[in-house]
Amino acid sequence: MIRVELPAHLRTLAHVTREVQLDVEGPATQRSVLDALEARYPMLQGTIREYGSGRRRPFVRFFANSEDLSHESPDAPLPEEVASGKEPLLIVGAIAGG
Amino acid sequence: MSGVRVLVGTRKGAFVLTSDGKREKWDVSGPHFAGWEMYHLKGSPADPNRLYASQSTGWFGQLMQRSNDGGKTWEPVGNKFAYDGVPGTHQWYDGTPHPWEFKRVWHLEPSLTDPDTVYAGVEDAALFRSTDAGATWQELSGLRGHGSGPHWQPGAGGMCLHTILLDPSDPARIFIAISAAGAFRSVDAGVTWQPINRGLRSQQIPDQDAEVGHCVHRIAMHRSRPSVLFMQKHWDVMRSDNGGDSWQEVSGNLPTDFGFVIDVHAHEPETIFVVPIKSDSEHFPPEGKLRVFRSRTGGNEWEPLAKGLPQSNCYVNVLRDAMAVDSLDECGVYFGTTGGQVYASADAGDSWAPIVRDLPAVLSVEVQTLQ
Repeated sequence: MIRVELPAHLRTLAHVTREVQLDVEGPATQRSVLDALEARYPMLQGTIREYGSGRRRPFVRFFANSEDLSHESPDAPLPEEVASGKEPLLIVGAIAGG
Repeated sequence: MSGVRVLVGTRKGAFVLTSDGKREKWDVSGPHFAGWEMYHLKGSPADPNRLYASQSTGWFGQLMQRSNDGGKTWEPVGNKFAYDGVPGTHQWYDGTPHPWEFKRVWHLEPSLTDPDTVYAGVEDAALFRSTDAGATWQELSGLRGHGSGPHWQPGAGGMCLHTILLDPSDPARIFIAISAAGAFRSVDAGVTWQPINRGLRSQQIPDQDAEVGHCVHRIAMHRSRPSVLFMQKHWDVMRSDNGGDSWQEVSGNLPTDFGFVIDVHAHEPETIFVVPIKSDSEHFPPEGKLRVFRSRTGGNEWEPLAKGLPQSNCYVNVLRDAMAVDSLDECGVYFGTTGGQVYASADAGDSWAPIVRDLPAVLSVEVQTLQ
């Protein structure tokens, strides 16, 4: 079970009030977790990663276990603490706009 | 009992303002989608309870929302806007080629007859259509691909397709406008397009007879005379009496002919409204006086309408999609400002009163006349 924490705007959009818990098949990576997240909440498609390219949107960050994973490969294994459910994957809206 | 529903898009959410036919007392609902930029909301002429809304932020991109109950509840619908084929390039601000990239939906135009069909004008400029109530979107790529696309350049606000006019007398005829490419017309339901910019004069481009490159801010028509078009260009108010084949300037005695909005009285096809803005570098009313100007002669002769509007220290702007008219017996006129006021006139502009004064900056105003 993977735990994912969404930023406030996306929690509102997905109609969730707290962290999301997902079952992910195979290795836990950014891609597999986001695939599972978007399958459960289709309204999030296009909001975290771009259609087509699948790239992380520029003002979205991925944090976990006190590390910034934003620039990791989408297919790199997530930290064991995230894969085991001990720590959540934090999806964060970057500070921007003054 | 008749009434009106005003749909207001702002920098930080959407608001729905409703009133009976007297338009004196208003109910305010919102913010809907709090914190999101709501570029535009519009209702279907074929089913007034069907609304579409464009919702976006720089963080999470573009979302589309649909309501089936007049804005009481909303549901997200398709938000995938993929350019048809290889997108190609347009000109960047410095004249270099720049890849076409989708940024946001500026304007929504529901079909006049089918609630499930809606057009979307987007940045970078292109026209999309949905025929399944917003679930999926397909580009009408003949517009971008008609030939001049590589020469289009963005205006200061981005290269946006901001105006879509559907001809009530001919379902195959569509007019659109792009900043800063100009106006275009299709007579085959959007398959092929031609620029319609003859007669426009723009100091910002070297060739005054250029086919494209004019910064058109807004076009309006009266549904009874769809071949008469009115245009607020960057500078100049223009009209065409032949469906855009040629344009003549009708700025006349306006204090400045820069501005963004233009609209037509619901029952008088030669009565038009603009809000003059001082200049392209000073986006506020001249002399700090917020005035709507009305022409009852289709342009050239203009009268200021100031009753009820601030006449000192007013330095707001009125953006291109932020004016609309209702179709009650005495035509109502509405506009919103970047200062967060939405003003209404229940007497065709003779007098004004604010419906709300302190919203976030207003991006768009649309009105539905309800029976």
